Amino acid sequence: MKTRRRRLPDGRTAARHAPVNSRRPSGEAPGTASGVAANGYAPREPIHYQWVFEAAAAITVGCRVISREQDSMHRAGLVGVLFALIGLAFLPVAAKAAGDRPTVTLLNVSYDPTREFYEAFNAAFAADWKRRTGETVVINQSHGGSGKQARAVIDGLDADVVTLALAYDVDALATQGKMIPADWQKRLPQNSTPYTSTIVFLVRAGNPKGIHDWSDLVRPGVGVITPNPKTSGGARWNYLAAWAYARSKPAATDASAQAFVQALFKNVPVLDSGARGSTVTFVERQVGDVLLAWENEALLAVNKLGAGKFEIVVPPQSILAEPPVSIVDKVVDRRGTRKVAEAYLAYLYTPAGQELAAKSYFRPRDATIAAKYAAQFHPVKLLTIDGDFGGWARAQARHFADGGTFDQIYGH
Amino acid sequence: MTALAHDSDGETLAAVTRRPRAARGAGRSVLIGSALVYLGLFVLLPFVVVFGEAFAKGVASYFASLADPKALAAMRLTLTVALIVVPLNLVFGVASAWAIAKYEFRGKSALVTLIDLPFAVSPVIAGLIYVLLFGARGWLGPWLREHDIPILFAVPGIVLATVFVTLPFISRELIALMQSQGRDEEETALSLGASGWQTFWRVTLPNIRWGLLYGVLLCNARAMGEFGAVSVVSGHIRGLTNTMPLHVEILYNEYNSAAAFAVASLLAVLALMTLIGRAALDARAPELRRTTLPSPNT
Repeated sequence: MKTRRRRLPDGRTAARHAPVNSRRPSGEAPGTASGVAANGYAPREPIHYQWVFEAAAAITVGCRVISREQDSMHRAGLVGVLFALIGLAFLPVAAKAAGDRPTVTLLNVSYDPTREFYEAFNAAFAADWKRRTGETVVINQSHGGSGKQARAVIDGLDADVVTLALAYDVDALATQGKMIPADWQKRLPQNSTPYTSTIVFLVRAGNPKGIHDWSDLVRPGVGVITPNPKTSGGARWNYLAAWAYARSKPAATDASAQAFVQALFKNVPVLDSGARGSTVTFVERQVGDVLLAWENEALLAVNKLGAGKFEIVVPPQSILAEPPVSIVDKVVDRRGTRKVAEAYLAYLYTPAGQELAAKSYFRPRDATIAAKYAAQFHPVKLLTIDGDFGGWARAQARHFADGGTFDQIYGH
Repeated sequence: MTALAHDSDGETLAAVTRRPRAARGAGRSVLIGSALVYLGLFVLLPFVVVFGEAFAKGVASYFASLADPKALAAMRLTLTVALIVVPLNLVFGVASAWAIAKYEFRGKSALVTLIDLPFAVSPVIAGLIYVLLFGARGWLGPWLREHDIPILFAVPGIVLATVFVTLPFISRELIALMQSQGRDEEETALSLGASGWQTFWRVTLPNIRWGLLYGVLLCNARAMGEFGAVSVVSGHIRGLTNTMPLHVEILYNEYNSAAAFAVASLLAVLALMTLIGRAALDARAPELRRTTLPSPNT
């Protein structure tokens, strides 16, 4: 207990050595009544910080002088005054928060690269809903890694709708959370996927490493950036697209596909936990030669961040990435928001919603809108998760579950 | 050994303090120099960078990103949380420090250890504890859900996680101080007929006020700056459960680094104010001791 007892005196003593502090030449011993240890190290206060505090102390000498004049009761009162002031500053805020309550709120829990899209879409839907029903709807957004977001909804995050990166994560709401029926994906058209995307390559300007197809990714000296398939939905699409490429070569076997993917991951210097993290690594931190990315994420990066700094390379073959949507029955029924939540998802399929998706670089399902934005999306041969991998449940168990092919190639 | 001499002199050994300054020359300059370089590199430089980035797109854009409704909501939430958490920990800190410093009871050392626990636990684990406790599938989750009481992924959850993380600051500060002061003055007051309440307001509180303020300052800084634990329990709903540190992360992930650093600069200013406040208190502490404590030297 002796050392702790001396903590405050220590701070002051050390401060007295500071060059700026010459105002107190005579170091009177402190009034610790008894038992001062001779070996006084301040237990959790590294000594070098004191110099900074001391420099700042010079600024506040004035305050000291003022307070010296006051008697102790006044000074004790200062604390109270401080709190009262903070409280006062806070009052109008509280009043304002109580003032403008929206009629109805929805929470859309989504994955990372949809931020820009839903920001635009939510405004459009709110305007449309207001026109149709007169009701003001406010849509709140939560973004994060797809798997993490599903987990949060299961743990009690009150999502009225989920718009996640892949069906497996929505499945978890049915299997683990019992929050939606098992056949949720049949409730809306086209696998409950109003927009799709695919996996493309983002390379540096001029494509200095000459990357054109999946086979170029395993060349030595090519740095490949992709997130961790364990945590990221986009990364799982990346992984399966690479696998599908290797599997489609003549005389390919599962073993040769696994060897190809293993060689690819040997070239990955950083394994971020989410798609957005990988994009930041590649675009802003300038790591790697090629980013495996959602097409929408790659187009966004090129158009918003670095026109002329990056190029998109579309491989001849990739995978049809379907980020599905669903209402969360348990939540909408409890909150009484089923009607507006269903309308919200239905609006995704309208021409207006489809156009906004296309503007955010998602491939629209609507043929007319797709034709209008055809120039934006390169034609590419697309494999599907259901056709080529037997659905998400099987793909997940085979590749991404503990002990799956990803663990086999990355663990060694 | 030089550091040791620095630390202990002036405390007990008056002779050491009055040693000629030249005697401590070389070691002293090396220490000061290395401390300054270290601080400049790891504290000052990042601090400058934060402001540099914040104003990278100009002053107008700086203030525009601060006035953004979502940013304002984040500030409001951070203030709300601090405003609930700090008084809670203030009351708890004073009560626990009083109990530990002035009374003997069984389980006292266990209590001290418990108070230190949040320092030992990673903030992420702290957040997950609350998920396990209040999550929809946690111990209390189903009951809370039935009664429509939002805790997790709402403001109460953020407050709870922040309370947990910031709990030790005030009590740690006060335990040390109150133990060093002993209980003589309180006993005197009581023997002269003061009530317990009077003793607290007139004797104990004036004695500990600077230590208390110091603890409040640290507690507040951490409450406003906490990221890990809050990130786990927040749900990241923009405009609703996003605190300032979380908002900084979101903005950065949206490639909006100027806005991210603008909000971050507010947190940096908070840190600076904490530092200045701390220095001010350090400067006052000797006075406090001289006026309120009978020193053996005077």
